[in-house]
Amino acid sequence: MSNLLLFPIIIPLLFATILMIFPKRLKLQRMIAAIGAGVTLLSALVLLVKVNADGVHAVTLGSWPAPFGISMVSDPLSALLVVTTSLITLFVVFYSFPTIGVKREQSYYYPAVIFLMVGVNGAFTTGDIFNLFVFVEVLLMASYTLIVHGGERPQLRESIKYLLVNIISSALFVAAVAFLYSVTGTLNMADLAVKIPQIEETGILTVIAVMFLVVFGFKAAIFPLYFWLPGSYYAPPIPILALFGALLTKVGVYAIMRTYTLFFTMNIGFTHELLGIVAILTILAGCVGALAYFDVKKIIIYNIIIAVGVILFGVAQLNQPGVEGSIFYLLHDMLIKAALFFLVGIVAVLFGTTDLRKMGGLIKTYPVLGWIYLVTAFGLAGIPPLSGFPGKLLIVQGGFEGPQFWGSIVILATSLIVLLSAVRIFIYAFWGEPVETVPLKKSVFNQMFIPTVILVAITVVFGVGAELFMPFISGAGEVLLNPSIYIDAVLKE
Amino acid sequence: MEIIMSVAIGFLFMAAVYLMLSKSLIRIIIGTGLLSHGAHLLLLTMGGLGGNSPPVVAEGVSVSDYADPLPQALILTAIVISFAVTSFFLVLAYRSYQELGTDNMELLRGTEDHE
Repeated sequence: MSNLLLFPIIIPLLFATILMIFPKRLKLQRMIAAIGAGVTLLSALVLLVKVNADGVHAVTLGSWPAPFGISMVSDPLSALLVVTTSLITLFVVFYSFPTIGVKREQSYYYPAVIFLMVGVNGAFTTGDIFNLFVFVEVLLMASYTLIVHGGERPQLRESIKYLLVNIISSALFVAAVAFLYSVTGTLNMADLAVKIPQIEETGILTVIAVMFLVVFGFKAAIFPLYFWLPGSYYAPPIPILALFGALLTKVGVYAIMRTYTLFFTMNIGFTHELLGIVAILTILAGCVGALAYFDVKKIIIYNIIIAVGVILFGVAQLNQPGVEGSIFYLLHDMLIKAALFFLVGIVAVLFGTTDLRKMGGLIKTYPVLGWIYLVTAFGLAGIPPLSGFPGKLLIVQGGFEGPQFWGSIVILATSLIVLLSAVRIFIYAFWGEPVETVPLKKSVFNQMFIPTVILVAITVVFGVGAELFMPFISGAGEVLLNPSIYIDAVLKE
Repeated sequence: MEIIMSVAIGFLFMAAVYLMLSKSLIRIIIGTGLLSHGAHLLLLTMGGLGGNSPPVVAEGVSVSDYADPLPQALILTAIVISFAVTSFFLVLAYRSYQELGTDNMELLRGTEDHE
């Protein structure tokens, strides 16, 4: 099989390594970082087209036969996620030019961003559970660098907690892998999917499944393991926050999606019901936070947690509309969160504060910014025909078809809270009495505004043209719901 | 042998949790070190301790008889990662001690409101 699926991992690795050689050359750094992200995006798009045309791609490294070597697998879901990741990284690089500051740019900022992309793309592509651990560590290492990058006091304080939480979850990850290996004797995901149904003792496997839920739950910020997220994500500057909010939690969500559809399906009555309940609690906890704060960054950060709950609720239903809705909503959420953080970043720069109570009247001076923000906020809440709607519709439908219909009702009700929390920013920052804004050069504003507008436009196209993207989404859903397609692609090369 | 290892692993985890619950940052870092040692030993034990079986395939030994090499490969990877993370954590602790003037976690609790 072709090695194409390795390109989105190797290309950024190469570019990040090159970037580390000359940290002080500002123009060159910017150019090479943008080219690196762009080339990765191109290779990811080629991969997506290929995967969609010929089915699941798999490569086992070192030409070992499949369950023994490390398998890399690209099914439609992982290809879609790799494309979205590369797209968002590209936009974050562009958005960083005017916002992150020259001092940070000259201290290995771009290499860290590109290395983060290596880890995220790798985690989405791997077909081996220990290799997933390794790629998660790669992206965590890059995220440690980014979260503390610049060394401001709040950053240092929050980095310690972020680091500690992730070290504990990594140790638990290793422990969970150890238990899984002792029970099944394999760590290849496709091979696990073959071996697990043959084991009659489902009790121990259920325990292991819940352990993995805890491990991935730390990364994905599900209830009650999300406690670290609002504080840690608040510390770094906006471009890094956008990158984290769009990508990092989604790796945990993807890992839960993959393991809970592919092989932890021996005791659906317990594990998936637990996942559904936890998902709903996550949504509720996020809603409380999103309404409680008067800080624009905090409000959007709590919206990350809500979205994680919505996606996982769809996965827990394990039926066609639920899973397809989750995939759609996952992609939508990555794009819309990046766009929202970009917009909120511009607003925060204009007012010189993130506190809503000190803002007001921006619609008079920056009308276009205001209306773009409103469109994005409606997209977040899922107002048709914007991109939040099709995904949420399918998830709610999946919930009504499954046993947890009450969850769908909660999701419908909380959509209003999401809308309220996002529109509150609009009301406070754009309406009301004008507050004096920080003078900003037109060129700098445009440098921030143009990537944002393009990203918002992409989310609008993703929503309005949902019919165009549905073949990709249902292809991804089909592989998730029929593990045999995945298994055959890996084991019967 | 597996039983003794299990007790040792349990002890490591216990000590790690105790240390991580203390207020001093340096104790917490030592705790994370012990935690990852415990996890690595668990990986080794769960893979099955080889006993008398040879570590590599030798002449006259059937393939099914030699010790499983995979846990060792996994541990090596995990050790390298935890080594890197621990050294990063130590540097971070030193830097934040310089900047914030304390290593007491109680004093590091503040949110943006307490700046």
